[in-house]
Amino acid sequence: MAEEKEILLMKGNEAIAHAAMRVGCDGYFGYPITPQSEILETLMEIEPWKQTGMVVLQAESEVASINMLYGGGGSGKKVMTSSSSPGIALMQEGITYMAGAEVPALIVNVQRGGPGLGTIQPSQGDYNQATRGGGNGDYHTIVLAPNSVQEMADFVDLGFELAFRYRNPVLMLSDGVIGQMMEKVVLPPFKPRRTDEEILRDCPWAANGLNIQNRKPNVISSVELESTVQEKHNLHLQAKYQEVREKEVRYETFFCDDADYVIVAFGSAARISMKAVESARKRGEKVGLLRPITLWPFPEKQIAELTKRVKGFLVVEINAGQMVVDVRLASRMRVPVEQFGRLGGIVPDPAEITEALKHLMAESEEV
Amino acid sequence: MTKQDIICPENLVYAKPRLMNDETMHYCPGCSHGVVHKLIAEIIEEMNLTDRCVGISPVGCGVFAYNYIDIDWQEAPHGRAPALATAVKRLWPNRMVFTYQGDGDLAGIGGNETLHALNRGEHITIIFIDNGIYGMTGGQMSPTTLEGMVTATCPTGRDVSTMGYPLKVADLAALLDGTSYVTRQSVDTMAAVKKAKRAIRKAFEYSMEGRGSNLVEIVSTCSTGWKMSAEKANEWMREHMFKQYPLGDLKDTGK
Repeated sequence: MAEEKEILLMKGNEAIAHAAMRVGCDGYFGYPITPQSEILETLMEIEPWKQTGMVVLQAESEVASINMLYGGGGSGKKVMTSSSSPGIALMQEGITYMAGAEVPALIVNVQRGGPGLGTIQPSQGDYNQATRGGGNGDYHTIVLAPNSVQEMADFVDLGFELAFRYRNPVLMLSDGVIGQMMEKVVLPPFKPRRTDEEILRDCPWAANGLNIQNRKPNVISSVELESTVQEKHNLHLQAKYQEVREKEVRYETFFCDDADYVIVAFGSAARISMKAVESARKRGEKVGLLRPITLWPFPEKQIAELTKRVKGFLVVEINAGQMVVDVRLASRMRVPVEQFGRLGGIVPDPAEITEALKHLMAESEEV
Repeated sequence: MTKQDIICPENLVYAKPRLMNDETMHYCPGCSHGVVHKLIAEIIEEMNLTDRCVGISPVGCGVFAYNYIDIDWQEAPHGRAPALATAVKRLWPNRMVFTYQGDGDLAGIGGNETLHALNRGEHITIIFIDNGIYGMTGGQMSPTTLEGMVTATCPTGRDVSTMGYPLKVADLAALLDGTSYVTRQSVDTMAAVKKAKRAIRKAFEYSMEGRGSNLVEIVSTCSTGWKMSAEKANEWMREHMFKQYPLGDLKDTGK
């Protein structure tokens, strides 16, 4: 339909709200925090309950929001929330319970600078929290890192798909730049919310009463006091994470085929780094870019592959050095791996990245 | 006479509700949980809600409630049951959604979730087992511990000047515009059990009628945590707990 191809201009936060309604989300539960409040505001404005029956509720806290997701996801519904860094910190309890009880849901983090209340300006300081689990216990969330308003819209559906395929919470790790900037976007086509029959077919494990006459009661729980049973459950989760590592790594490369140096960056940092790559190419320097789209699972094989033929990596991230650890691990430090980042809510500019590249080149020549 | 002859239908005076399974309960002798579980199972059966019911269990002694009543359950993080229940009820409006929580879970760590779910008028029922102590972790002070009451974390008795006052949860709930039915009951005598059952049934009916949120507090014993025999615990409850937490309806919008 022509309408579905319509190109709109909107903020990343607004795109998420519109996409949620369109892809058959059943419920959004959220709490205001800058720089992502437009998601809840937009939903309250477009009133999806009138169009699709989607529930939208402003919770009393991020702790309540994430537990509403636990309840909603545990009943087989497609539910999501969004917040920014301090709010995501509060949600870690719910996220680890959901990982333990294998409850699918989508959580959006439009990151701001920390630690603590920090700043409302953009940051990528939650990389470690997002990719290492974040809460207590051995678990992972699947982490998607959008770098455009278009991907903010597209990753809502993808996030739900992955969440339900693996019965696992999915985190969309965005940042204040992507959330607040306006650019062109084509919203996803409308997809109806699932019927009770479809939920019964897709989520036979869900606690919602459906068809209970013909099955054992469903229990959504993360508690098990018998160690041997709990270890078995842990191993089951680890096997699932291994499958995710094997099947769901997503990334994008630019000019990497002949590159001597590769910048590794995600989200808004990748957008900025692309400018530095383009100017390097104009100068005749063979510089490429690898953009991880999934931060967990991390494209470690691709980094390892590149390590065989590049002279060094520059990791650009809006933090003090978090993803750089994963690049160093994947490259086994066989070539120099340097990091450049700005803090406090300051976004690096391409000239600074070019300077950091020059530094890396000089260092690696010495090696 | 065979067992079958003895329990032929016309001789039957009592049967375990079908939804209660044969799993051995982990509750201590004299504990109120088992009786309340039975009442909930009976009411779900009587109201024909088995395939439309979702229970939310807490953290605390009630955590394994799902092992005993054969309906769908979710086990919430400590104190968060009302948030889970909110979402389930909003996403499945024709379901009977109830939480089952103790005083540490509901009034302590979950105070905020409880207050706001009740105040939003979520069409759910909160069953509140109030024995004034953290049972599962070994008998520590809870928000509803009585003044002077001895626990593992107030070994010389609760000193209200430094530890605060016993929290009157039901009184607070009754003040909220979102609540429909708020009552305080006990299960220490046959008469009390019958009254408690009527109260839970009313709360479930109001939930299904969409009248707002409902709280049934059951003033309960914890003979292990209180370090008393089951019989003595009931006497102590009547003498002390009922004074601080008097039984009866605090609010009934259906009247």
